Amino acid sequence: MLTVDGLGKVYASHGRRVEAIGDLSFEVETGSFVCIVGPSGCGKTTLLRCCAGLLPPTSGTVTLSGSPVTGPPEGLAVVFQEYGRSLFPWLRVADNVDLPLRAAGVDRAERRRLVDEALDAVGLGDAHRAYPWQLSGGMQQRVAIARAIAYQPRVLLMDEPFAAVDAQTRADLEDLVRSVWQRLGVTLVFVTHDIDEAVYLGQRVIMLTSSPTRVAEDLTIDLPDERDQLTTRGDPRFTELRGRVYAQIQKAKLEGKAR
Amino acid sequence: MTAVLTRVGLALGLPVVLVAVWWFASAGSTDFFFPPLRTIVEVFGPTWFGERLVDDVLPSLGRLAAGYAAALVLGVGLGVLIGSNRWVRAVTEPVLEFLRAIPPPVLVPVLMLVAGIGNGMKILVIISGCVWPILLNTVAGVRAVDGVLEDTCRTYRIRGTLRWRHLVLRSASPQIVTGARQALSVGIILMVISEMFAASSGLGFTVIQFKDGFQIPEMWSGVILLGLLGVLLSMLFRVVEHQVLSWYHGSRTAQKER
Repeated sequence: MLTVDGLGKVYASHGRRVEAIGDLSFEVETGSFVCIVGPSGCGKTTLLRCCAGLLPPTSGTVTLSGSPVTGPPEGLAVVFQEYGRSLFPWLRVADNVDLPLRAAGVDRAERRRLVDEALDAVGLGDAHRAYPWQLSGGMQQRVAIARAIAYQPRVLLMDEPFAAVDAQTRADLEDLVRSVWQRLGVTLVFVTHDIDEAVYLGQRVIMLTSSPTRVAEDLTIDLPDERDQLTTRGDPRFTELRGRVYAQIQKAKLEGKAR
Repeated sequence: MTAVLTRVGLALGLPVVLVAVWWFASAGSTDFFFPPLRTIVEVFGPTWFGERLVDDVLPSLGRLAAGYAAALVLGVGLGVLIGSNRWVRAVTEPVLEFLRAIPPPVLVPVLMLVAGIGNGMKILVIISGCVWPILLNTVAGVRAVDGVLEDTCRTYRIRGTLRWRHLVLRSASPQIVTGARQALSVGIILMVISEMFAASSGLGFTVIQFKDGFQIPEMWSGVILLGLLGVLLSMLFRVVEHQVLSWYHGSRTAQKER
């Protein structure tokens, strides 16, 4: 269980005080898939970095399985938006996936198996020896996902991972993430600004207000577990949920402007 | 294939023209200090490919190699230390600026007092000049480590030796190589200068000796040899750079093409 309790983050520099996150509280059940959406600039990335232990919150706490998060906790992986910058350009694809396992002290044979499996799972079984920069953007993000899969995390955080890839690649990657989540039984928190994507992927969608950020609404997505791009997106219930999230985000934007 | 030939042609074109100009312009020269290039070329072989190769050229290159290698280890080591720690940087920066501003030849008399007039002093002179470009570029490179990669290492708990090797040194390597290239030319200059004081062997020493003995064609041949060594070393450097930074050049090209 990932618990965010009364989380607040204020950036203070050069006499300016920017309240990025006001007061956020929510819980993510172990093994569930939660999407977080909000208007742009609402502190989604800040929230995710606080959850990952990369950024100390100004107030409130993040707790993972009962222990407070003060630095990057064990068994947690992050897939960053900037895939081009999160892969090591001097390491080949397989070595990129392998490095966290080496750091974790996994033995060689096991590492090899995990790397092979992870790259096969993302459809890059033949790209072991390529360098990341030789691949397209979508493929680079697959490598980053493979690295997270091979690491076998209990919690996987994704920060707008598909914001910079084209629409068709994006649909493929969404299905990939769904299947990875179902297979690994990992707790997945997926931050996005894309409403369709949030509704399509998650079991729950948490909508945020403009900054200083609060939870606007916490919506359960009661779509069937088996989802695919055609039928799920054509489902009237999908349209209904999507409309509801859209309205909430619009409201948040207007309130943000009025403030 | 034609591309390679074009490149070779372009690289060799100007040197060939310059040598030809020198050759013909100096052909009938009777000026004692500017002998015909033909004479210089004639003495080149006998002058350098005898015992001087073992007695002077190789010792010079050996001292250059030793000084350069020591400067690399020292510069990269200290650079990583200074670059990755804000406090160390704040304390050392003023001192570094002072030390860096001292021209290394000035140190020769000082180093002679400390280290005598042997190989040790000459190697120290080379180190004292080569270390700065390497050190300062390493500091800049280490400071510029990408934030996202840093976060990646933190979340995946990549620490200690793995982190130094795969994150810090590799991200700084383009800058380290830039520093090392500057240091190489500084090193060649200091190799010669260190041999002009209280020396009994070496390239710089021999060139000075030829000058003092009015063996002008031999002196010129020494100057040419130094130039050729410079070209050779820089070609060698390029080969190493190509190995170390292939990822860097590759990713830069890939970015431009997108």
